[in-house]
Amino acid sequence: MKKLRKKVYIAAGFNTVSMGTGRSEFNPKKERPGLEYYIETAGKGTLAQVNDADNIDEGVIGNFMAARFNKQANLPGFIPYIDKKLEWKPAISVEGACGSGGLALVTGLKSVLAETADSVLVLGVEVQNTMKALYGADVLAGAGWYKKRKEGHAFFFPGQFSNRAGAYYEKYGKEYAREGMKRWFVNAMENARLCETAQEYENKAPDLYALYDKFKLNGETFVDNLTVLDCSKVSDGASALIMASEEGLGKLGIDKKDAIEIVGWAQVERNITNEPPNPTEVTTIKKAAHEALESAGITIDELATIETHDCFSIAGILGVEALGFAEPGKGAQFVTDGHTARDGKIPINTTGGLIGWGHPTGATGVHQAVTIWEQLTGKAGPAQIEINPDRPYGMTINMGGDDVTVIAMVYKKAE
Amino acid sequence: MNYDERLRNVTVLGAAGKMGSGILLLTAVEMADLSLKPENKGKPYCLNAMDLSQEGLAGLLRYLKTQVTKIAEKKIVWLRKMYADRADLIENEEILNQYVFDVLSIVRPVTKIEAAYESNLIFEAVSENKDLKVKLLSQIDQNNSNSPWYFTNTSSVPINIIDNEANLGGRVLGFHFYNPPAVQRLVELIVTDGTNKEMEEFAKVYAKNLKKVVVPSNDYAGFIGNGHFMRDALYAIQEVERLNKEMPFTEAVYCINKIAQDYLVRPMGIFQLIDYVGIDVVQFIMNVMNPFLDKEDLHSDLLDQLMDIGVKGGQNSDGSQKDGFLKYEKGRPVAIFDLETKSYVETSAFADKCDQALGKHPNPKVNWKSTIRRKDKDQVFAEFFATMHSMPDMGAKLAMNYGKRSNEIGHQLVNTGVANNSIDVNTVMLTGFFHAYGPINDYFVLN
Repeated sequence: MKKLRKKVYIAAGFNTVSMGTGRSEFNPKKERPGLEYYIETAGKGTLAQVNDADNIDEGVIGNFMAARFNKQANLPGFIPYIDKKLEWKPAISVEGACGSGGLALVTGLKSVLAETADSVLVLGVEVQNTMKALYGADVLAGAGWYKKRKEGHAFFFPGQFSNRAGAYYEKYGKEYAREGMKRWFVNAMENARLCETAQEYENKAPDLYALYDKFKLNGETFVDNLTVLDCSKVSDGASALIMASEEGLGKLGIDKKDAIEIVGWAQVERNITNEPPNPTEVTTIKKAAHEALESAGITIDELATIETHDCFSIAGILGVEALGFAEPGKGAQFVTDGHTARDGKIPINTTGGLIGWGHPTGATGVHQAVTIWEQLTGKAGPAQIEINPDRPYGMTINMGGDDVTVIAMVYKKAE
Repeated sequence: MNYDERLRNVTVLGAAGKMGSGILLLTAVEMADLSLKPENKGKPYCLNAMDLSQEGLAGLLRYLKTQVTKIAEKKIVWLRKMYADRADLIENEEILNQYVFDVLSIVRPVTKIEAAYESNLIFEAVSENKDLKVKLLSQIDQNNSNSPWYFTNTSSVPINIIDNEANLGGRVLGFHFYNPPAVQRLVELIVTDGTNKEMEEFAKVYAKNLKKVVVPSNDYAGFIGNGHFMRDALYAIQEVERLNKEMPFTEAVYCINKIAQDYLVRPMGIFQLIDYVGIDVVQFIMNVMNPFLDKEDLHSDLLDQLMDIGVKGGQNSDGSQKDGFLKYEKGRPVAIFDLETKSYVETSAFADKCDQALGKHPNPKVNWKSTIRRKDKDQVFAEFFATMHSMPDMGAKLAMNYGKRSNEIGHQLVNTGVANNSIDVNTVMLTGFFHAYGPINDYFVLN
């Protein structure tokens, strides 16, 4: 990956609430806000942090399956819906399954690097509580190769990652692995409780470890090797931010102290028609993460915090191994030992990640960047972690499908 | 004829009714699931939904479609395996829709009883009228050369009487679902000395496949469920009549209803339950049971009075509650019927006064919803009722007497041989009536 040829910044991040089960205001039987509401709320939340929407050059919207969840396509048309000053300007939508948000970041980044824009409004959105989970599973299965859908599980993606978990159990031991997955879940809930937009913000379970143990694996009603507590949430939500050049920040009146800089990035694709080369490794994440680190010129020891794509607890553990924090098979131990907790060696998913904060699929990549922006600029509120000046970098890893589309980015506070 | 063969041609009589539609639903799903087994593929399955009401049958199909969809959604993992050979069905939704279609394809809505002449199994769920039941079953049996088996859903008529009067030669048993059959897990199974043993075994397997809890009841009018409920209801009515000497009728109904719900920690008050079942149905069941009882008069003039002026309770076809002893808004009781003025009086007009008269509640934290699933509920109730026993308040005393009466009824059912043991009585009340504790307990026999 080539070095960035100019500085590109992120600022003015905003997350809507991640809405779905877990939130007290969520009632699946009542009519709820739709796609428009989330796009508008996130977009306006970001615009409120800049001087004038007129100074934004273009918009990018990341979304996975509005065409099926909401029967809505042509999403670029919703960028001017946020603010009339965005009308008659360019806008584009991008899709790469649950990596759509990450692709939106990359698209914004490329516009700034290409100097076709000084500032881009980057937004990710998904509203997926429009149907029951088993129908939603059909929609989300679109992240895999459709020709494999028939042989797949009713809950297609939990099925895919259940197979990965099964392979991990077989290779390294089931109880050992589930201890690590349990701790991953506990960290996610504890972190989510510190972030008021998180879907599990109101989680009050007195003993999260006991709660996890209470849920038994049952392949007859769900998948063989995961319970629902190992899975990310079904969420409605949107996130937005500004991606800008130095000139762009100036035009929008954003102080650099309120911005972070993208110092490295990578985007990698795996052939969707193939099976993953190794079920106990997230190979694409491994490649993308290391390319991004290389592009930033840093090692994992310089990272202060990471937002990684834990659509399933096992994906979180495999991510830890792919990054190189633990050897293959040792990731579960690394997590069990608390090294990924907010006070551990490398705090991961400090507002709960996909399991705790939520997973509005097309928005997740943007949400991850907003979280890193909050942490590195000291805006994370009760979820704030201490950023050691010796390890000033943050990182996001966003994945679409079963390790197919992966976007990794490295950031540091703007200087 | 094995289990699968027995279920190839079935008829439900009264299929559009409240109970019949549920029985039809569960049977249709069981038959469809059998038809999906590899060894049964291609074999015809036929379930006649017989009812006299064309309108009811039209509504029945809508009900089936909705309910089968819900059932299918819960077993989508299994359904994907069953339809694995159908290359054209890929997504969950496609598989689910096919399954719903396959279940509905088994059902033949009919208005003529002749449809039952080829069936091997006949569920009877017509109205609770012995003569009608006997007439229908007798007619079918005279015209059906398969010597079919008959499962009657009667909640009160002794099975031996149906067997003898319809001349069925032991090919009938009581298979009493609770309302609504699709939800309630309890089935009372009633056999007689002459019941065909093979049929009894089949009934047990069928109940198990439907995931029902089977409680055997002996062949006495009313069986266990109504044996308790009718006497319990009559006690409540008599208590109202007694209190009515000191307070207005509406207030007496309010007090006893509240005692049953809040003090005895039941899911609803006794008069709400009577309205739910239907005042007409309660009156009818009492009338069926009464001739079989010695030294006991299971009859209420009050119910007759209400029926005469058209206050009947029961449910509308959309499942909403009709007004009875109580008047309902959005399913919640808001007023009580006044016998003198023949109109409803808002509960809010006298609730405070009644609550004051009843006095303190032993522990407001102990209510049905909060206690029903507690693992330590035995201890919670032991303490709760011990406290109640020591209280001088009118509410506590009424509740203790009511609890004692319920306890006596439970013992009576065992002592008179209706139930085989106290566990069966308690299971019926816990499972069929959702009580939080069984009537046979030690809570009310304190000295």
